[in-house]
Amino acid sequence: MAVQSLENQKEESVSTPLEKPLPLDHLERVEAWGMNTSVCSYVYRPTTVEGIREVFQIAKAHDRTVALRGSGCSYGDASLGAENISLDLTRMNRILDWSPETGVIRVEPGATIRNIWQYVIEDGWWLPVVSGTMFVSMGGALGMNIHGKNNYGMGPFGEHVLAFDLLTPAGELLRCSREENSELFFGAIGGFGMLGCFVSVTLRLKRIYSGQLSVYAFATPDLSTLFREFEARMGSADYLVAWVDCFATGKALGRSLIHQADYLAKGVDPTPTQTLRVKHQELPETILGLIPKSIMWRFMKLFGNNWGMRLINRTKYVQGSTLGNKKTFRQSHAAFAFLLDYVPNWKFIYKPGGLIQYQSFVPEATAEACFRAQLETCQRAGIVPFLGVFKRHRKDSFLMSHAVEGYSFALDLPVTKHNRERVWSLAKELNQLVLEAGGRFYFAKDSTLDSETARSYLGEEALHRFYALKRSCDPHNLLQTELSRRLFGTDWK
Amino acid sequence: MPSVWKQAIIVGASSGIGEELARQLVAQGCRVALVARRQEELERIVSALNAGGVQNALIYPHDVRHSEEIPTLFQKIAHDLGGVDLFIYAAGVMPAVEPNEYCFEKDRQMIEINLLGAIGWINEVAQRFGQTHSGTIVGISSVAGERGRMTMPAYCTSKAAFTTYLEAIRNRIGRYGVKVVTVKPGPVITPMTAGLGKMPLQITAERAASEILVAAKRGRANAFVPHTWRWIFLILRNVPSFVFKKLKL
Ligand SMILES: Cc1cc2nc3c(=O)[nH]c(=O)nc-3n(C[C@H](O)[C@H](O)[C@H](O)COP(=O)(O)OP(=O)(O)OC[C@H]3O[C@@H](n4cnc5c(N)ncnc54)[C@H](O)[C@@H]3O)c2cc1C
Ligand SMILES: NC(=O)c1ccc[n+]([C@@H]2O[C@H](COP(=O)([O-])OP(=O)(O)OC[C@H]3O[C@@H](n4cnc5c(N)ncnc54)[C@H](OP(=O)(O)O)[C@@H]3O)[C@@H](O)[C@H]2O)c1
Repeated sequence: MAVQSLENQKEESVSTPLEKPLPLDHLERVEAWGMNTSVCSYVYRPTTVEGIREVFQIAKAHDRTVALRGSGCSYGDASLGAENISLDLTRMNRILDWSPETGVIRVEPGATIRNIWQYVIEDGWWLPVVSGTMFVSMGGALGMNIHGKNNYGMGPFGEHVLAFDLLTPAGELLRCSREENSELFFGAIGGFGMLGCFVSVTLRLKRIYSGQLSVYAFATPDLSTLFREFEARMGSADYLVAWVDCFATGKALGRSLIHQADYLAKGVDPTPTQTLRVKHQELPETILGLIPKSIMWRFMKLFGNNWGMRLINRTKYVQGSTLGNKKTFRQSHAAFAFLLDYVPNWKFIYKPGGLIQYQSFVPEATAEACFRAQLETCQRAGIVPFLGVFKRHRKDSFLMSHAVEGYSFALDLPVTKHNRERVWSLAKELNQLVLEAGGRFYFAKDSTLDSETARSYLGEEALHRFYALKRSCDPHNLLQTELSRRLFGTDWK
Repeated sequence: MPSVWKQAIIVGASSGIGEELARQLVAQGCRVALVARRQEELERIVSALNAGGVQNALIYPHDVRHSEEIPTLFQKIAHDLGGVDLFIYAAGVMPAVEPNEYCFEKDRQMIEINLLGAIGWINEVAQRFGQTHSGTIVGISSVAGERGRMTMPAYCTSKAAFTTYLEAIRNRIGRYGVKVVTVKPGPVITPMTAGLGKMPLQITAERAASEILVAAKRGRANAFVPHTWRWIFLILRNVPSFVFKKLKL
């Protein structure tokens, strides 16, 4: 009957020797913010520096790599490490020191922008640079060297960092500032979690004299006007940002709504103690006083397709270029800065495939032609960005900087089961445009770059210096993410 | 058609149905870990599967009776593959048993490999999938588990118990979106059945594997392969014991 003899079946197993398994109860699904990819990782959430050291030890003992993770707000795979250890710092979120006289604050890496502004605003301070969401942690803000709508004036987040303590996988706790370990200071800020774990961060905040900003909103009919307005205003405006209707074509290509915001000088706000209260900053719970914000995305989901988004973009532009055109009004800092947090879970309109954000940074001289070509390429491919955001930047001196003296354009592209491959090849086409224009990319948003493109825009010299830092801080290559492997492999040579 | 799964583990992949499942999954672009005892057989299979140059098939020699190895091996495979979203247990033995033979050694083998090995593996897999709210588990049980047949007491027992175990696991983790698929093939032409002569409704391993993957994709709780066995067993299962005894099956 059966073929196998019993002797044969008793043969000894020839399995290779194996290490001890990691505890399965640490295994969790960890997702990119854009929901376009997720992995399973062994998640550890230490609360002390000692705890971080222990996690490094566990990783070494089990031959695993470690992906540092803050709030997980990076759109792609920058803080993911499949089947390895995810070192999640969100529980280390204490404020360690605060001086309302000097505006200097020291915090743990898991403290978020939200934790900080809510802590300091009543004393008349604000963060000099903030991202479009307030949930970003300090570890993530430094790891990516985030920028705000004032990058052209204030530079990136790192410019306001006075010092930080970095725990390297080699076990050293290094204090870094512009004076001490300065090379590491400029490498680890923007070093996408590759050189060590920030365990405390000292920042200098910005004095404000009101909880409100003066905002001026107006429309521009096309891309050229958009550039002209930014060039004319950046000398005096504190913040500048434009929303672009990516569906518009022909003469209207690149039509947009610009928001300029300016701080109120001392004495302008008659009741600063009132407007500087957290309560005054908070976003209302309902929209138009009716719809609870928490369920808003369910309504928006109805529009989460090409036609719906075309309609929304058009309506928004029409409203902004007529009734809302050339309007000046007061808005709280939080409402202006964190518009995207206004509708909780708005990203769910992209479920189940998620989204990617394609953001490129292009020098002033070539930006207009490049962004025009980007819009046309997307439209031709039939994958039109649901949202387009335009900002002005300036160069900075951090080693892995994403910024240029020029402009950035961030395009939110929907990903579905059917268009996924097309989105990735569209991104490849866009990359070519950016490289030809002498532009750069940003790991916080990236999902689609390949190693060749990354190396080519970063340049040999910067890479060599970064690799040398990597080898000395992390000789066993403990710190890795899906993004780092995708773009730089594992040998750092 | 591209695979809906990115990474699969097949235990019992060195021959027969398991081997064919591996071949079809790799052809669909899935990365597959092949687990079984015979290293040479595994190597023969993967050298053909990886001939195109892409290393999409990996091998792991292992005897499912060494249950203490399972947690580590499972984690190692998941690590090497970069994740796991499909687990298939296809290992099984069916040694020849004479009508009057009562060989405990053979019976123990069947229980150890067809049942205990499956429990050892699926306990690990189910915990992982339940915790991460995703994944598909496929257990290759058998129509033999539907009734106690005089010709193969321990084999039927191992498959009946496996079917029940899979149902229980489905009831545990199905609510988290994990699919648990019990596959019940009738006779399939594989080394296991070589020498048994022609059997009713027998199909090739290739056909069995493709039907199994369709059932898995749909997340069917119970899948007879081929489907005709569903109707036959609807009747056979309801034949009273005293009549079934007379059928001498
Ligand atoms: C809605 C939205 C709007 C955004 N707007 C902007 C914007 O306007 N400007 C902008 O620049 N970015 C923006 N971003 C991107 C975001 O600011 C960055 O991705 C930021 O890095 C996220 O921080 P995080 O705490 O979530 O870190 P994660 O995404 O978890 O990690 C980011 C990187 O930092 C590393 N890291 C995390 N913690 C540490 C640590 N303690 N030590 C060392 N490395 C660490 C990680 O390994 C990873 O490489 C936006 C994101 C969203 C979702
Ligand atoms: N063929 C049929 O008619 C039929 C019908 C119904 C159900 N089934 C079931 O389908 C499954 C596959 O059967 P098949 O017909 O494909 O048989 P097969 O060709 O004999 O394959 C059995 C597989 O199980 C593996 N295996 C056996 N003992 C093992 C052990 N101790 N540890 C690890 N792996 C082991 C074998 O590999 P190594 O020998 O290399 O270890 C082989 O890869 C079995 O569960 C069988 O009961 C088969």
